[in-house]
Amino acid sequence: MYFPILSVTLFAPLVGALLILTIPREDVKTIRRLGTAFAFISLILASIVWIGVVRAGAGTMQYEENYPWIPAFNIHYYLGVDGLSAPMVWLTALLTTLSLFYSARTIQERVKEYYFLFLVLEWSMLGVFLSLDLVLFYIFWEIELVPMFLLIGVWGGKNRLYAAIKFFLYTMVGSVAMLLAIIGVYFQTDPHTFNILEAAAAQPFRGTVWANVAFWAFFIAFAIKVPAFPFHTWLPDAHTEAPTAGSVILAGILLKLGAYGIIRIVLPMFPEPFKYFVLDSPIIPVMAIASIVYGALVCMAQWDLKRLIAYSSVAHMGYVTLGLCTAAAAYGLGRLEGVDFNAAASAVNGAAFQMFAHGIITGGLFFLVGIIYERAHTRDLKAFGGLASQIPYYYGIMMVTGFASLGLPGLAGFWSEFFVFRGTVHFIPLAAFIGVLGVVFTAAYILWKVVQHVFLGELDKERWGKLTDMEWWEKVTMWPLVFIMVFLGFYPAPLLDSFNAAITTILQNLP
Amino acid sequence: MHTQSDFLLNLAWLIPLFPFLAFVAIPLGVYHNRKLSHSLAIGGIAIACALSLFFVFPRAVWLWARDGRLAYESPLIHWLSAGHERFGLGIYIDPATAIMLFMVPLVCLMIFIYSVGYMNFGTPQVDPRYSRFFAYISLFATGMLGMVVFNNLLTFFIFWEIMGTCSYLLIGFWYEKNYPDPKKITPRQAGLKAFIVTKIGDLFFMLGLALLYAEVGSLAYRDIFDPKTLEHLAHTPFLGTNMATVIALLLFGGTVGKSAQFPLHVWLPDAMEGPTPVSALIHAATMVSAGVFLVVRTFPLLQVADSSVLALGGIPFVALIGAFTAIFASVMAIAQDDVKGVLAFSTISQLGYMVAALGIGAYVAGAFHLITHAFFKALLFLSSGSVIHGMEHGHHHVHHGGHEGHKGEGHAGHEGHQEKWFNPNDMMNMGGLGKRMPRTFLAFLIGGLALAGFPIITAGFWSKDEILAQAWSGNQVVFWILAVAAGLTAFYTARQLCLTFAGEPRTEAAKHAPESVSSMTTPLLILAAFAICIGWVGIPDNVFNLDLPHALGVKYINWFHHFVGSTLEAAHGGEHSLRVTGHLAEAVHGFDWAPMLIGTGFGLTGLLLGYLVYGLKPLRAGEMDRLEAAMRKLYLGWLYKAMENRFYFDWLYRNTFVWASLRLAEVCDWFDYGQTPGKHGVVDGIVVACGWLGRLLSTVFNWFDLYIVDGLVNLVGRLGRLLSVGLDIFDLQVVDGIVNGIGAALKFIGREMLRPIQSGRVQFYLLVAAITALVLVAALFITLYLPEHLLQPLLLGLLALVILLAFYFILQSRKTETDKTE
Repeated sequence: MYFPILSVTLFAPLVGALLILTIPREDVKTIRRLGTAFAFISLILASIVWIGVVRAGAGTMQYEENYPWIPAFNIHYYLGVDGLSAPMVWLTALLTTLSLFYSARTIQERVKEYYFLFLVLEWSMLGVFLSLDLVLFYIFWEIELVPMFLLIGVWGGKNRLYAAIKFFLYTMVGSVAMLLAIIGVYFQTDPHTFNILEAAAAQPFRGTVWANVAFWAFFIAFAIKVPAFPFHTWLPDAHTEAPTAGSVILAGILLKLGAYGIIRIVLPMFPEPFKYFVLDSPIIPVMAIASIVYGALVCMAQWDLKRLIAYSSVAHMGYVTLGLCTAAAAYGLGRLEGVDFNAAASAVNGAAFQMFAHGIITGGLFFLVGIIYERAHTRDLKAFGGLASQIPYYYGIMMVTGFASLGLPGLAGFWSEFFVFRGTVHFIPLAAFIGVLGVVFTAAYILWKVVQHVFLGELDKERWGKLTDMEWWEKVTMWPLVFIMVFLGFYPAPLLDSFNAAITTILQNLP
Repeated sequence: MHTQSDFLLNLAWLIPLFPFLAFVAIPLGVYHNRKLSHSLAIGGIAIACALSLFFVFPRAVWLWARDGRLAYESPLIHWLSAGHERFGLGIYIDPATAIMLFMVPLVCLMIFIYSVGYMNFGTPQVDPRYSRFFAYISLFATGMLGMVVFNNLLTFFIFWEIMGTCSYLLIGFWYEKNYPDPKKITPRQAGLKAFIVTKIGDLFFMLGLALLYAEVGSLAYRDIFDPKTLEHLAHTPFLGTNMATVIALLLFGGTVGKSAQFPLHVWLPDAMEGPTPVSALIHAATMVSAGVFLVVRTFPLLQVADSSVLALGGIPFVALIGAFTAIFASVMAIAQDDVKGVLAFSTISQLGYMVAALGIGAYVAGAFHLITHAFFKALLFLSSGSVIHGMEHGHHHVHHGGHEGHKGEGHAGHEGHQEKWFNPNDMMNMGGLGKRMPRTFLAFLIGGLALAGFPIITAGFWSKDEILAQAWSGNQVVFWILAVAAGLTAFYTARQLCLTFAGEPRTEAAKHAPESVSSMTTPLLILAAFAICIGWVGIPDNVFNLDLPHALGVKYINWFHHFVGSTLEAAHGGEHSLRVTGHLAEAVHGFDWAPMLIGTGFGLTGLLLGYLVYGLKPLRAGEMDRLEAAMRKLYLGWLYKAMENRFYFDWLYRNTFVWASLRLAEVCDWFDYGQTPGKHGVVDGIVVACGWLGRLLSTVFNWFDLYIVDGLVNLVGRLGRLLSVGLDIFDLQVVDGIVNGIGAALKFIGREMLRPIQSGRVQFYLLVAAITALVLVAALFITLYLPEHLLQPLLLGLLALVILLAFYFILQSRKTETDKTE
């Protein structure tokens, strides 16, 4: 038996949160330092985990910890990581660390509660990525709603209560169905189990109508979180109203929980219904394509910068759904050999890569929106213009991030789109031919709406003449993200190999 | 394929690296030092140029001369993975790469040096974003060189897009500029337009790549041009034809966007809003010809594609697009008044030439024209930049009486907010510049003659002739279109030369235009030398039916043809045996007088006509363009207007595609959510309706709860109360007695024993609880993982520590308590 590094990684933020409770609320400095320090500790641990996973091959579960928790129902405290979850764990830790670091300068009210909730949030998100037991997964999945609900509801913008409640209820509705499906899976396996890997191998409900029901129960819960069209309207509200760091986590991690769920649970456990709703009655590809194209079009009509970026998440996460559709289609067509297998793996790699890259890029975009909002107190695109000369540093960082967001080759966002299209065009060409339109609209809304309206043109000296450029802590927040975008853009191998190993295993294990 | 790693060729790795380092260094460190910035940029490209001209290119030629063919791939480094496949990154050098490595860094270097003067280094009008300019063009050079050297189409695409981005940034370089005429496109709009329009082409490119990648499992040239792969692609049915055709046409979509071919040509004329060195570098010599290079690179695919797909009248689709663009753009060029506008349309037209050549299978001729055109078009643009620069200074001189009194205002010449807006690009404002700017005039003249294909001495003649010769034997329709286009080209070149340089100055600015500084004119003269000599490498070896190699005793007189022509054989691994139908093949032909005479005839006629109309009696100030006047007399004024307005394509696209996208976006937004506070679109409306339904249900249930369920509960409660009266006595006496007893005991313990550690602060309790929990967890770990013999002492030690800590805290709190009481 070796050191339970996953448990330590998982519970480090919770310990930090509890410690914060012991500090008097007036001692804001200590709270901030302690909170950021604990997030950073989990980042270091997550790095160690990821390196370890990659060294061990990344294709199988590593560092497993499996203890009976409620033996009567065969519920286990079962943690494990592979090449798919390890990078997501790392991303969670990274974005939380940066968020807390950034918040130190921007959150002045109820600091103690804020840091406490943030660390609890990190704990629950890590829990989702690390759990390999359905009940444990579900518990973390639900816990994560509470701190986010409070973060939006307490520290949010004008319309925060509405947004928070909408977010909470909407996601809750999805999870209820998922809970029922989890219980169904339990009773359908023999021996009864909540173990995700065993349940996937057992293929519950296979060949019955109930498979479709269970599939949708899971899928809707995840699709709401992703969010896939038409389950996305909670997102613009939540993102727009959330405090900056809240939006970062919301876009950077929370959306990925849904995508992760589909890769980890839906695809291996219900490939039959999945392929049915991709090939025979193509509801899910339509959802994906709509997310991409329609989402990008809606972006083009926005005038609130933050809302625009919120909608861009809908469009970008559509690629994830599309990549997973492709895998299901490949499975359904029985083409999982040789070149076909590689193309299918490529599509899922693209989806996974998008989970990571979108977290980095959109996380960065929300930081940038927060930075400008702090100064200008407006997010109205019509109010800006010509800021490139006034705040050149900000302009430079925004350009890199914006280009990454529109999928410019040489930056991280490109790989996901390209890999997804590589697979999609092979198995469901029509979807690729339509979906690719989203790329043009994305370029249009980033460059026309954001860059042109905010930065280009003549500067209104009277209004914006006193606008200051980025401060050092804002630079420190953005630099790691920008570095990752550029590094992965040119050399995606470290991340891609990790994902690929895990995804190859998942696809090979499909029945 | 050379299996051995070759040190000199491996140096190609470093070629794109140095400009990239310059790009990184400038914004990070030396932004404020202009001199250091441009030194870094020029140094970066100079090293790249030296590496390629002195090491990689000679080595490639040497290897080719030794082996008769060349397709070198360096050792690979791991880059991508998908499923079981691994994708390695490496260098790939073949003749096509080698000639690009000759041309690109050289032209880049010239233009970099020229930019120093053009951006007014060392004068008060120096551009405020001077350093940024050099950073951008360094990144651009990285893109162009990176596109050329690597071993696969994916890096090709990546660097291709990076170039597109640089193009966007540089077209919009003067992003705050506004014109008094609201109809005139501003630089920022032009940049956006260029990016979006080329992006549309790139979509096709990307789909083609994706398709190819998925089908072959690799994008390395070695794999995709393997004869077996090509055969497989040609025999895989897809979308009613075969996979190879679909892929080739999709890839060609990228060319249409990047090389500004019809119908995506609209972005290039507006791209002239960028600084002139950018127009020369990106929008004439290198990036736009990258589209042609893409076809050169993927020519084996085009060869196995079914050329009858989308063909019209027996002309293959690619040739059709190219030929039409060639003539269409040259017609528009005739009616342009902007000195750069003429050149922009000329570029589109010349690119059409190359595409047409490739489309009929004239692979080498297309590549040859690409190289010669890069030199003479860069020359023409730089000369026009020199003219514009002179005009700006002349205008400045007139209005400010020299340079004093305007210091610190920055790039005055480029801003539009001065007295009355003066367009330094307008040829109608020029005239008579030949005498004032002799070196520029000479350079422009050489470039113009090369463009017009002036016989024998210019490079443009040899490359154009080769295309025409190929077209003559390949496709007669294409030949005649291209020949007419050659005539038109010569005509507008003569018009431009005459309007700019001949006669008397038509404005004050032109009267005072000075010759440019030597950092600008020196690159001009170097490029002028190339615009003449570079053609000599492609003189047909059987010209005038003489066996030139034999007569002159030189082995490779038509060196270019032999060198680049071997690319395809190399790609096919030497055994060129494709069993596919309908593929293009380069016409094998002996020297033919007819195409050369006809082509030359058209060219000279065009030049002569142009001279007769515009040169014999130069235009005076205020006089209408002669051609326009003549056409008006023939009731063809509308046609001239249409030519001048680019046949209204911008208007058409703006009112169809752009308009439709914007409306669609608004409709989608309205449907989705909308932006009116308190209102919801359809999609969100459904969600909100669900919410209302929930509330309604809860109200109903609440009523049910209050009146029905509660009623029942109350009933039960009353019954219970009746019962409880009887039990009351037991409760009071017995149960309470026990409870009170426990309470008293606890009170005693608390008061006498635990008081010392109560400081009254919740935080303190929590801290103690947290520490205890941590200690317990630590103890648990220790018991689980430590060997037995270490366990006991450690536990004892820990226990002692806890006790000590407890005592410490107790004492501490006592102290604070006593402090408080005092």
